[in-house]
Amino acid sequence: MEDWRKNKRVFGILFLPPTFWLVFFFTFPLAIIWVYSFGHRGPLGQMEVTLSFEGYVQAMDWTILYIIVKSIWIAAIATAICLLLGFPLAMGIAFAPARYKNVLLLLVILPFWTNLLIRTYAWIAVLRTNGYVNGFLGWVYGLLDGFFGFLGAPDALGGFEPLQLLYNRRAVIVGIVYVNLPFLVLPLYATLEKLDKSFLEASLDLGAGQWRTLFSVTVPLAWPGIVTGLLLTFILALGSYLTPDLLGGPDSIMIANLIQQQFGPARNWPLGSALSFILMYVTFLCLWLKAMAAQREGGVSY
Amino acid sequence: MVERKSIISVRNVVKEFGGSVRAVDDVSLDVGEGEFFALLGPSGCGKTTLLRMLAGFEIPTSGEITIDGHLMEGVNPNKRPVNMVFQSYAVFPHMTVERNVGYGLRVVGVPVAEIKTRVTEALALVKLDQFGKRMPSQLSGGQRQRVALARALVKRPKVLLLDEPLSALDAKLREAMQLELVRLQKTVGITFVIVTHDQNEALSMADRIAVMERGGVRQVAPPSELYEFPNCRFVADFIGKMNLFEGKVSGVRAGNLEIDVRGLNRIAVPFAGAASGDIAIAIRPEKIQLDAKTPEPDRIKLRGRVTELAYFGDESHVYLENETGVSVSANLKNAVRTTTSSISIGDELWMSWSPSDTLVLSE
Amino acid sequence: MTTATLRAPATPRRRSRSTIAPLEFTRKRWLQAIIAFNFVFLYFPIVALIAFSFNDSKRNITWQGFTFKYYDKAFHNPALHDAALNTLIIAVVSTVVSTILGAMIGLALQRFKFPMKGLYDGLIYLPIVIPEICLAIAMLAFFNAIHMDLGLASVIISHIAFSFPFVAVIVRSRMSGFDMSLEEASRDLGANDWQTFWNVTFPYMVPGVVAGSLLAMTLSLDDFVITFFTSGPGSTTFPVKIYSMVRFSVTPEVNAASSVLIALTLTLTIGAMLIQSRSTKKMNANG
Repeated sequence: MEDWRKNKRVFGILFLPPTFWLVFFFTFPLAIIWVYSFGHRGPLGQMEVTLSFEGYVQAMDWTILYIIVKSIWIAAIATAICLLLGFPLAMGIAFAPARYKNVLLLLVILPFWTNLLIRTYAWIAVLRTNGYVNGFLGWVYGLLDGFFGFLGAPDALGGFEPLQLLYNRRAVIVGIVYVNLPFLVLPLYATLEKLDKSFLEASLDLGAGQWRTLFSVTVPLAWPGIVTGLLLTFILALGSYLTPDLLGGPDSIMIANLIQQQFGPARNWPLGSALSFILMYVTFLCLWLKAMAAQREGGVSY
Repeated sequence: MVERKSIISVRNVVKEFGGSVRAVDDVSLDVGEGEFFALLGPSGCGKTTLLRMLAGFEIPTSGEITIDGHLMEGVNPNKRPVNMVFQSYAVFPHMTVERNVGYGLRVVGVPVAEIKTRVTEALALVKLDQFGKRMPSQLSGGQRQRVALARALVKRPKVLLLDEPLSALDAKLREAMQLELVRLQKTVGITFVIVTHDQNEALSMADRIAVMERGGVRQVAPPSELYEFPNCRFVADFIGKMNLFEGKVSGVRAGNLEIDVRGLNRIAVPFAGAASGDIAIAIRPEKIQLDAKTPEPDRIKLRGRVTELAYFGDESHVYLENETGVSVSANLKNAVRTTTSSISIGDELWMSWSPSDTLVLSE
Repeated sequence: MTTATLRAPATPRRRSRSTIAPLEFTRKRWLQAIIAFNFVFLYFPIVALIAFSFNDSKRNITWQGFTFKYYDKAFHNPALHDAALNTLIIAVVSTVVSTILGAMIGLALQRFKFPMKGLYDGLIYLPIVIPEICLAIAMLAFFNAIHMDLGLASVIISHIAFSFPFVAVIVRSRMSGFDMSLEEASRDLGANDWQTFWNVTFPYMVPGVVAGSLLAMTLSLDDFVITFFTSGPGSTTFPVKIYSMVRFSVTPEVNAASSVLIALTLTLTIGAMLIQSRSTKKMNANG
């Protein structure tokens, strides 16, 4: 690696244009938002640049805080479900015969390459009142009803009430799990794959059962990878916009939607900016935790 | 040879991978109780696969394995009376030495007080008394291996399996560890089965060795028998060095096999049994005597010119070529302290050996 | 040694003869079931969506017959046309600029050290890790502050801002495998800086650049959140248009349009993968 002074001309050519873009079209806009977060919302909804903490104060208001806490809660539950589904999946792929591994991995990544919007709204057709789930349940119901009718007790089950699966918190959680599952499975798979299998064999050899081995040996040794996957998934889940927007109802609005409202109909830019930065700080905190865990990953081997 | 009760019995075990590759091909052998047994062979010969089947990490495609009188079919590794020391040692990096050694006792519910006593004993056995609270990352490779040994031995298994135990150690440590392992085995008194590709290790440590090639066992015998009485070319070549001569049997007379060998003409070698057709004979380098004057008539002899001389300090390897093109290597012990060699390149010498030292190899 | 003996079972417990080795988890039935469930979960919605784009029925979930008519409708929808055209223009322009900028800084970061490089490294990765909504409203506020109208240009600028770091990461990681002595050899043989770059460095860079550009293109084609906030009335993109159609109602026509987008992005990504794997193979073959 050369020192930049050795070749100032080349360095300048390569370095300056991208940096200009980065500063002017990225850092500067973020700086504007940062300034706005200390701004004041005028009577007509216009933006007045002063030094005021009203944006942040409003963010601490209970109604807003409630939404922030709820978003964190939803993101946490979704992450936990991802772990429940994703850990066996990652284990299965990591211990699969070599010829199947790449295929399985590809199958896990493939949905990720389709558009987020499409992936999310696809669930509308599944969860709505006359969607696939309810359709299936209705069909089963019809069978049972016919069966009871055959036994001489028609209408024993009453009418079929389709389940309200959409436009509520449940749907949002399903959607978030669906969209972010690969982000948990892939780092987890990478860690499990690199794990020296002889540790597990040694544990079994010494008398431990499979589950004991899992919790005493596999999980502690894969822990940095698990934490990385969890944090990554949590960050993405927390910043969800489309999923709560399309699949959620009034009880499941999340931070990103709230921010959007402030820049839209509510016209409260200071609040929106403040919220935006709060979200960014939480993200950075999680990233910092992830970096700490990744450093420890080096200590898994000797 | 000591008559021992057989503690491991392998009968017609086959292991096939992917339908056509036979890693272990119809192997049968017995390991005696209290023996130091070695599985020796080049890489790919199936020795590690066989060891893993004994431990329970691979399942035989067919055949039976019996350990301590119990059939091991369907028995999980954690229920077998064997323990294994892995090639990478597999010492758990997230536990202290103590907790590593005690792990096997913890998971089967041994009372805490007893665990403490036995762990202390085991650490003393491998001379790691003061290392209990250390983390594996603070230990050297050799120390980690001893932790792995203590961890396995503390469970008092009937058999200890060791997978290439010395391959990761440097040369000096290796020799010390060889002696250490034998001493340990004699102290503890349990059966050791080791897998190695290094014939020196096997020869110096084992009571009996099974030489394997491409999935099959070629010969099972104590080290000296393998070295002096190999039953086939592979074993003769794999263990130690030899000079091989191709020949044809010309007849059997008075307990001797008469063979026509290129370069040696007709020789008579003591041999029990019958043989005919193409045959090979071999002679170990250290059995050859080099002389300027003609050797005794009862010795098998060959004349040649010294082409190379390799000095190893304690001995020299001399390479000679005969006018028929046959090349031979002989070992000379440097028993006298001198810097002048008695032999130089270009010398014309007689090589000779006693007929009874000749190895007869039919396959 | 102490005389207390280990409680060993008289006969080891045997399960029925099974051919599954201890670590062959994937052969166990229950794990296979969980894996299967995961894949059904992952694929059912998308497969259903694509399948029902061919369904001859407006809203029913039952199969009424195979038809292309919704694809036909989608292809003849003028709003979708405009949206598709916009998407393409934006994607092409932003990809070209992102690729160039990304390659430049990727190369610079891999090759040079300069003061505060650590800080800069963090900065360049920021667009990748920041929540999209934050970047989206930042761009909105920015254009508002400089009194620029929202249109194709604002979208293009924003797309470039968030995608060139991705290209930089890919190019940088590609170049980290580059043997600098090749350049030294070239100079030793008399070539000047530009010739060395063009004949030695650039050919090695190409797979990274291509992979990066395909990624930038995919990111641009697929983007919703940032585009939604930075596009004006005349610059709707395909995903944004689908969004407004979805908000209205989920019809087979929407599914048809979505299937087209899925096919397009899949082709591009698989193409990127193939190029990367083929170039790695070639590099490995050449030692």
